[in-house]
Amino acid sequence: MIRARDCVAMLLAGGEGRRLGMLTRELAKPAVPFGGKYRVIDFTLSNCTNSGILTVGVLTQYQPLILNSHIGIGIPWDLDRKDGGVTVLSPFVDQKGGEWYKGTADAIFQNLYFIERYDPRYVLVISGDHIYKMDYSRMLKYHQEKQADVTIAVIEVPWAEASRFGIMNTAQDGRIVEFEEKPEKPRNNLASMGIYIFDREILQDHLRVDQANPASSNDFGKNVIPQMLQADCRMFAYLFRGYWKDVGTLESFWEANMDLLQDQPDLDLNDLTWPIYTVNPNQPPHYIDPAARVKRSLINEGCMVFGQVEHSILFPGVQVGKGSVLRDSIIMSGTTIGTDVLLERAIIGENVIIGNGCYTSSPGKELIVVRENSIFPDNSVVESTLNGEMMGLRGEKK
Amino acid sequence: MKDVMGVIYVNDDDEALQPLTKDRCVASVPFGGRYRLIDFILSSMVNTGIFNVSVFTVRKYRSLMDHLETGKSWDLNRKQDGLFILPPQTHYHSSEFQGALQSFNQHLDYFHRCRQEYVVISGSNLVCNLDFAPAVSFHRESDADITILYKEVEHPEPDFAGCGKIITGEGERVQEIITASNPARGEKAALCIYVMRKALLLDLIQQCTEAGKFHLLGDGIIGNLQNLKVCAFPAEGFLSMIHSIGLFYRRNMDLLQPSIWGELFFQPGLIYTKVKDEPPTRYTENAVVQNSILANGCIIEGRVENSVLFRGVRVHKGAHVKDSIVLQRSVIGENARVEYAILDKEAYVSAHKTFRGEERKPVVLEKRKTV
Repeated sequence: MIRARDCVAMLLAGGEGRRLGMLTRELAKPAVPFGGKYRVIDFTLSNCTNSGILTVGVLTQYQPLILNSHIGIGIPWDLDRKDGGVTVLSPFVDQKGGEWYKGTADAIFQNLYFIERYDPRYVLVISGDHIYKMDYSRMLKYHQEKQADVTIAVIEVPWAEASRFGIMNTAQDGRIVEFEEKPEKPRNNLASMGIYIFDREILQDHLRVDQANPASSNDFGKNVIPQMLQADCRMFAYLFRGYWKDVGTLESFWEANMDLLQDQPDLDLNDLTWPIYTVNPNQPPHYIDPAARVKRSLINEGCMVFGQVEHSILFPGVQVGKGSVLRDSIIMSGTTIGTDVLLERAIIGENVIIGNGCYTSSPGKELIVVRENSIFPDNSVVESTLNGEMMGLRGEKK
Repeated sequence: MKDVMGVIYVNDDDEALQPLTKDRCVASVPFGGRYRLIDFILSSMVNTGIFNVSVFTVRKYRSLMDHLETGKSWDLNRKQDGLFILPPQTHYHSSEFQGALQSFNQHLDYFHRCRQEYVVISGSNLVCNLDFAPAVSFHRESDADITILYKEVEHPEPDFAGCGKIITGEGERVQEIITASNPARGEKAALCIYVMRKALLLDLIQQCTEAGKFHLLGDGIIGNLQNLKVCAFPAEGFLSMIHSIGLFYRRNMDLLQPSIWGELFFQPGLIYTKVKDEPPTRYTENAVVQNSILANGCIIEGRVENSVLFRGVRVHKGAHVKDSIVLQRSVIGENARVEYAILDKEAYVSAHKTFRGEERKPVVLEKRKTV
């Protein structure tokens, strides 16, 4: 017996994240490690739990293995429920065949039967590639107060950047009168965060209309939202104030990580009222040697630091040898860095071995991105991995 | 290991660790930055492949139950077997509790219901990372009735004071266990870890209960040395029994040696504990940390030297923590100074205050107390 509920969340997590290069070679964008401990999707999953939305469908498609094993049955987020909880929804076939999810709206359309099982009044659509803390229950309350058909969360962006976003033009009462995708001359600076609350029936109707249109690319931002506006739906903008970052590019991914290193970070991970949950690695407390020097950094358990770590992030089990210097870098789990290594603006994948005396050399200040399991012999230059054809990958033939 | 079950009992009274044991039993005394004492023996059992473990409590076990939950952190939340927390059936007045056999006797049903043939019994105040498989194999091959684990004493520290000294003869057969004097360097200290058949344990429980004697080592084992074949088996690696504040302090400080850190926490298996969702520890611009271990969730704005910091500790600007052990969620205010001290959970050292002990006599700030 399934109990009906108010709101079901649909979390879009199938993105490939092509602009994240090596980081998404073997895993989907929402599964990319972040902030010394987390994966990107942890922020939206934790938001759901903390908002009291305990029925979540996670739509996966691209490279789902790591993501699926991370989510499991939802234990870390308290989403292992007898009724509801987290359900991973991957593309499937039925008697009429089946296809990959063509776009975000198509992904939801193909899983309408999942939503219908719970008979919710509202559907929350979110995506697993943003870093932010948000109470969806407040947005839902706003949606109810406005008697809206659709509510779209928006954030004020700097005017200079507004042309990079989907911009909402609103009336005095917050009603959306126009939606412009990446406008050349923006008339507003309220950018869509890709967070939507729909009345379920209206969503169903419009998804069906969208499906019937062969010219549509079945995307919420591109197709369904404009279509709803045209149909004169009651659409409202919900203004979100707080930290929000799309980690779609390497540069923004690196920046979002570095944002955590401020003395008073905008995104407070230590806030006990809004914890970010993830799979815990269970490692002992990290060790800082008498000769080590650590500042403006995040260091996880299981690390051993003998060198200098400045403005950097270490995931669990990283070793930094004596005389080594790390600056502005992100080092993922299990990586070993030898002695007298110099790393600057580097993102190093999991279980990499960097020999003694290795160094980065990036005069253009390009980010160096190294794929997991790479090996750098002593005194070599640490360079970005190209197409995965690195020398001496662990467990692969040279 | 399918036919072996684990039994953890209270082998030490909590007076010796006051005030850390004011509101908790010895088994749940925090240790090593994020663990509690019971984690070491419990993880050792699980890593050995023992998946039926019971924990016999006596008193002040609220924090222990809170810590163990359903055994999830040790993979002991099972349909078959798993973790059993067995509190006393009746409330003990101060002098009524006389030993582990009394606890066992109250839960005979548990023993009868378990399908395992062998039992590994252990006290709860050991800091160790053990694989019990060699001891169990030895027990089977030597045809012993009881195998008692020992540690060859390597240093003059009092880790094994009061443990009993084992004198063995041929084939590691125990001839005598002397409890009147402490084992000296090179001698064999009896750890409170025993391997035997469940059937024999049930016999010992019945025999001792009828005689009104309840001490596992003294009455159950030493009392039967003549009738039973009791053998000794060595335990290897970093090992201590925490039975004083001084030892608690020094064994925590030992973890600042990377070799001991690596040995205790990784060899032969990982030590598990209840997980908390703390972010990684954050170091700010002014942080200076040397020769210390820090668990997650700390924010370090000041100076930390030769110290063990548990989860979620806050060291404010200008503060200096030296040679100290700071338990979960304690706060050291601006420009405060803490030296040779143990701060229990959620203790608070106000700005500009000093809280200082001596090297051989660290001071303890009690849970949720403020200086």
